[in-house]
Amino acid sequence: MNTLIAVAYLLAAVLFILGLKQLSSPKGARNGNFTAALGMVVALAATIPLLHFTSAGLAVVAIGVVIGTLVGTVGARMVHMTAIPQMVALFNGVGGGAAALVAVAELLRLGVHPPFAEVFPSVFSIVIGSISFAGSMVAFAKLQELMTGRPITYPGQQIVNLLLAATIVGFAVAVLAIASIPFSFLALMVLALVLGVAFVLPIGGADMPVVISLLNACTGLAVAASGFTLNNFALIVAGTLVGASGSLLTKLMSDAMGRSLGNVLFGAFGQVRAGVTAAASGGQARAVRSASAEDLGTLLAYSQRVIIVPGYGLAVAQAQHAARDLADVLEKRGVSVEYAIHPVAGRMPGHMNVLLAEANVPYEQLKEMDQVNDDFKNADVALIVGANDVVNPAARTTPGSPIYGMPILNADQAKNVIFMKRSMRPGFAGIENELMYGPNTVMFFGDAKDSLTKLVSAVKAA
Amino acid sequence: MTNELLNELTFFVLAIFVGFEVISKVPTILHTPLMSGTNAIHGIILVGAILIAAGANSPVTIVLGLVAVTLATTNVVGGFVVTDRMLEMFKGRQATKK
Repeated sequence: MNTLIAVAYLLAAVLFILGLKQLSSPKGARNGNFTAALGMVVALAATIPLLHFTSAGLAVVAIGVVIGTLVGTVGARMVHMTAIPQMVALFNGVGGGAAALVAVAELLRLGVHPPFAEVFPSVFSIVIGSISFAGSMVAFAKLQELMTGRPITYPGQQIVNLLLAATIVGFAVAVLAIASIPFSFLALMVLALVLGVAFVLPIGGADMPVVISLLNACTGLAVAASGFTLNNFALIVAGTLVGASGSLLTKLMSDAMGRSLGNVLFGAFGQVRAGVTAAASGGQARAVRSASAEDLGTLLAYSQRVIIVPGYGLAVAQAQHAARDLADVLEKRGVSVEYAIHPVAGRMPGHMNVLLAEANVPYEQLKEMDQVNDDFKNADVALIVGANDVVNPAARTTPGSPIYGMPILNADQAKNVIFMKRSMRPGFAGIENELMYGPNTVMFFGDAKDSLTKLVSAVKAA
Repeated sequence: MTNELLNELTFFVLAIFVGFEVISKVPTILHTPLMSGTNAIHGIILVGAILIAAGANSPVTIVLGLVAVTLATTNVVGGFVVTDRMLEMFKGRQATKK
């Protein structure tokens, strides 16, 4: 029997690996998800013979599975495509929470003097799982705009976080050495929850994807640690797979933003303050050109080639359908329309492609940065919808700038630039965008969705 | 060190290498779905949650088990469903291409 279970777990592990492999190539991505789900079913089925249900236990499992399935399905089905990032954060957080609780239950079962080999992974799982849970909840709150998405900083913050981390390590060592402090792990859990919150607070909304990816990898490791406590092969292998691939993915994501992981996690401190002063000193004095919807509609309608640069603002305003409408009316008039997709456009890398695909934007119109960057100089209009830092020429021209060296879209080379923005506020990087003051640039203020709708009627009337 | 622990450590280390190797090259557009997919896979903690919940016999273990199973199930089900929704979009896009 045990051999059979072990073989089934091995099969599940293979299915997870194949699933991950397929998920990382565009062709097999959807099948990859099914493969991984199949692995999960196999692993769960193989676990059933291991269970010794008490009468209460049976009810607990049944109720928990039913509630979890309902919440998971409804949450994942109902959520808007624009809100996917915070949904991933939420699902990641609950996984971390579950890992921590499993470790707590296991420690309780082991009694006052459990062997070191069991306590060590449990403590690890409690700490990392709790950090992941709390951090993910803050990430969720930031992306859902339940709280400000701007970095929250205060003097000495790094020192406070460092002290918190040190306290946790010290406490963990104490628990490991003595192991008999009743409910000591509860205190450990609370400390880790606080650290999770404190860790994510100073990171801005636009960087949340990288943080979620990191916390995702952490949850994987917490799960693997729980696997060591429970001596369960499936947990160890699947958790470690996620921990390793998640760490690599985190690095790939910050690379795509042209920044180091350290800069993403701890960079907010100096930058934001410098950005605020820069905006305060230069912001009000300089004039920008703005124009009416009618003027811009005419400009667009009589262009030959328009490149739309969608960004974070478009995602937040859920304006992907309005952008599609505008592209449609322009195409009817014979204007060629393309979308220039920056690798980190939207709220997560790759998110913009998903949003525009949802609005049925034809695949040929979506252009990756490398494909489209040389085309800007032939474009009559670059229409920037809620993007900012990804078109900031400072990345090319100003060596001292925080975004210097980041790959950007060459929207400034287009004959005309229409810059749609809610306000003059600087983008996430907290720096001025010279493009707004450019001689060819016209600002069009307002919510991305409203503005696009106005432009659609203006183009129709032109 | 017991044999079992040694075995577990072996799996752990090998899984680290496999995890790194298996996703060495990912196009940017797949970063979000891949993150969401790995997120669903760590829902395997449901196996652990069920193992501890099944034997629940005191108020503390019942509460712990119930919460753990609920959270883990949400992770698994929500994770896979939301990943599928994302990838569904890509499939639609491939179809229009042809």
